[in-house]
Amino acid sequence: MRTLVRALHLDMTLLGGLLMLASLGFVALYSASGESLDTVYRQGTRLALALLVLLFMAQIPARNLQRWSPWLYAAGIGMLVLVMLTGEMGKGAQRWLDLGFIRFQPSEIMKLAVPMMVAWYLADRTLPPRLFEVIVACVLAVIPVLLIARQPDLGTALLVGSAGLLVIFLAGLRWRILMGLGGLALVGAPILWHFMREYQRQRVLTLLNPESDPLGAGYHIIQSKIAIGSGGLYGKGWLNGTQSQLEFLPERSTDFIFAVYAEEFGLLGVLLMLTLYLVVILRGLHIAVRAQEAYDRLLAGSIALTFFVYLFVNTGMVTGLLPVVGVPLPLVSYGGTSMVTLMAAFGILMSINSHRRLLAR
Amino acid sequence: MSVRQAIKNHQQEQRLFFVRVIIILVMLVLLFGLLVSRLVYLQVVSYSHFTTLSQNNRVRIEAVPPPRGLIYDRNGVVLAENRPSYQLEVTLEQVPDLEATLEEVSELVSLEEADIARFRRELRRKRPFQAVPLKLNISDEEVALFAVNRHRFPGVDIQARLARHYPQGEWFAHVVGYVGRIDERELARLDRRRYSGTTHIGKVGVERFYEDVLHGQVGHQQVEVNAQGRVLRVLERKPPEPGQDVVLTLDAGLQTAAWNALDGRNGAVVVMDPRSGEVLALVSKPAYDPNLFVHGIPATVFNALREHRHQPLFNRALSGQYPPGSTLKPVVGLAGLENDVTTAARTMYARGYYMLPNDDRRYRDWRREGHGLVDLDRAIAQSSDVYFYDLGYRLGIDRMSPFLGKFGLGQRTGIDTTGERAGLLPSREWKRATQNMPWFPGETLITAIGQGYMLTTPLQLASVASTLATRGQRVQPHVLRGIIDRDSGELLHREPAENSTVELRNPAHWDQVVQPMINSVHRSNGTAYWSIGRGLQYTMAGKTGTSQVFGLAEDEEYDEETLEKHLRDHALFIAFAPAEDPSIAVAVIAEHGGSGGRVAAPIARQVMDYFLVEREL
Repeated sequence: MRTLVRALHLDMTLLGGLLMLASLGFVALYSASGESLDTVYRQGTRLALALLVLLFMAQIPARNLQRWSPWLYAAGIGMLVLVMLTGEMGKGAQRWLDLGFIRFQPSEIMKLAVPMMVAWYLADRTLPPRLFEVIVACVLAVIPVLLIARQPDLGTALLVGSAGLLVIFLAGLRWRILMGLGGLALVGAPILWHFMREYQRQRVLTLLNPESDPLGAGYHIIQSKIAIGSGGLYGKGWLNGTQSQLEFLPERSTDFIFAVYAEEFGLLGVLLMLTLYLVVILRGLHIAVRAQEAYDRLLAGSIALTFFVYLFVNTGMVTGLLPVVGVPLPLVSYGGTSMVTLMAAFGILMSINSHRRLLAR
Repeated sequence: MSVRQAIKNHQQEQRLFFVRVIIILVMLVLLFGLLVSRLVYLQVVSYSHFTTLSQNNRVRIEAVPPPRGLIYDRNGVVLAENRPSYQLEVTLEQVPDLEATLEEVSELVSLEEADIARFRRELRRKRPFQAVPLKLNISDEEVALFAVNRHRFPGVDIQARLARHYPQGEWFAHVVGYVGRIDERELARLDRRRYSGTTHIGKVGVERFYEDVLHGQVGHQQVEVNAQGRVLRVLERKPPEPGQDVVLTLDAGLQTAAWNALDGRNGAVVVMDPRSGEVLALVSKPAYDPNLFVHGIPATVFNALREHRHQPLFNRALSGQYPPGSTLKPVVGLAGLENDVTTAARTMYARGYYMLPNDDRRYRDWRREGHGLVDLDRAIAQSSDVYFYDLGYRLGIDRMSPFLGKFGLGQRTGIDTTGERAGLLPSREWKRATQNMPWFPGETLITAIGQGYMLTTPLQLASVASTLATRGQRVQPHVLRGIIDRDSGELLHREPAENSTVELRNPAHWDQVVQPMINSVHRSNGTAYWSIGRGLQYTMAGKTGTSQVFGLAEDEEYDEETLEKHLRDHALFIAFAPAEDPSIAVAVIAEHGGSGGRVAAPIARQVMDYFLVEREL
């Protein structure tokens, strides 16, 4: 068994954690979808597909990924531009690229391509990077973020951006540069505000005072807080959450599934789920620390921490800590594309772990 | 690789990375701590606050079913509409004691056992907190009575809904059909989201065939409810998209004329425009009141209908399969001409019977003394059986059957409503396949006069008449004229169906069978002359037919007077007019009417008179 696992370049800790999270997801989804087995089956099919992708990615040595990074990045940017152009013609939000035989979101590719590209750029240079290099790396990360935010898909833009910035930080960003960037962000915030869509501004405003608009934008947050809060320590029991079963909760199967879970399984259930997430994240960081090559370390660290960003943005939103940004709860929310990308990322992590490169010194 | 690679200090970089991970870990712990303390705040500290909120939650999202599209006849007469009706609904979760409530409610509103049984069935498959109808269509008095006592019944409420209504009643029942409550089988195949909130679905007829067009798209509304689940006010609404209104090709005036023309008889009348295939009238008698089905038909009423001797639920016009009898003769005559086994000029002496060589069975003519010297014209106009026995013998089944097939016999026409059957076109292969028996020559003879195995629906006969009228242009019979565009209110016509043509070797043959049909109505020796030929204000081409219900031994005499009515022959008639430029084609069957000329032809004339004469005035 162990040899098989090793031959397939898998990592049992990671895989076990991921599968247990997905199982909790099925349980929550069955309840959130109004006991629809069909929905669960569809999600199961997606998981199976995503696991195949994971298996495939785990076989590719990180050395090859490193070589392909700029190409993948360039292709991703090209597709984003293409989507933007066709989107101009089609009006409204355009995220999909239709290649005839398959339809996908180029922004999903960028979740991997951006950290790979930034890691590729920094890995060959002396670390910590100098100011010029930091600026180049930031530009590399920011271009796709702007393209994606224009779609407009704030949630994905946030994830792609943080994946890139995390690489820069892990590469050993000097504190003065970090402070400078922080100051820049403070100045940039009003400018960003200027570029936000009306509904996005509304989300930030209602976050500050959700009760001000209980039937409009605040409805989501109020209902989800009621769901979580009324779950208590032990929860109302599976399939018994009144908030979700009575359809008070919007987006129950997707972005707000955490509230369904928290209502039915209570604080204890939530702590179990968070622990599983923590196991996956810590294992990812462990792999990153043990990696011998700079590229491997940076990419692995970024993947593990982006997973945490995912988790935190979603749970923060659902619990009312952060604005409502459309980020799904990884592995638990209903939906296909992001699951495949996530599993591809974990496949890369496993590959980095098992193809550990020895230094040719 | 750059030169700088050489001075990269790997150990230092690894240490640097490690320090960064430690910093990140600290932040991670902080953020996790923040998250967990938020959760503890929500789920432990404010638990009772949120529990109260959750119990008092007042805002709910409900599905709003779309109003069903209306059905009009071609002149704008309403055939199906929606009327407000009141129903009693129960939300189980809010009822303290269901049995006691049911008992008390039944003191105010009459509840039948069937209502309660259906209610309990539906309770089992409902979603939580979904209201289930207990009694449909309650009277205004009951509404008033219940409203006064409403406070006594938490979870029970009166809902105003739109209910389907068919103002034309039984006249259009067989073609328009009706809606009924969605049953389990339908539930399994429906798009549940689209039908959330919808209670009824088209069960038969146009209502079923065009369900997709008529249904519309579901809407949603956010409502504020009180503690008992009653809706206090609507907060936000995404209105449903109503179903589309459809306009049928049917003509309500003509339909009524055809209905009345059938008088007290059971039977069917199908009227078509031979140029377009538009079905102008489609009557099957007796019929039933489709309104009975909308609110759930009581089992006693339904069983009475189902077991009624005259089968009112049976759509004779589309599902009724009858031997076409002599109405088939023009087409068989055409088959003879096309296959060179006869000509218009050829004559033969028709006695009162026909015999095959080496067989002493006598195939009798309906006229005991025979028709004397007949050519094709007289054979059709006077309906000589012997001439067609002979023609059938010369033609043989293997040439006759495929030719009849070109007129669509034995196949569904594909009309856009439910219940159509294909009839039966016998052939040597068919008999081998279904009965494992050889084809006998005698069977060819009786097939040539439209008896034996041959079966046709009234719609197929109307289609045959229509094909003769247009000299071979076969049009697809249909009942949908178009759909009314919601924005502009204009009628969007249906796409014309693909039509086909019966190609003849010699097109002159058409007139050689159509002229005798004219003669059968307008010449004094024609089979329909004495009943309808006098005083006609237009030229009609017709063919009478009589189809045997009851087999007589060869030496027995068919005597209408002495035979019981249900054993009498069916009377048939097909016709089109005006013969020179046909605008109407008709098929009539009067069950057990006896004679096609005396009973069925006058019905067709009444219909045509209405269409060509009375309405023009």
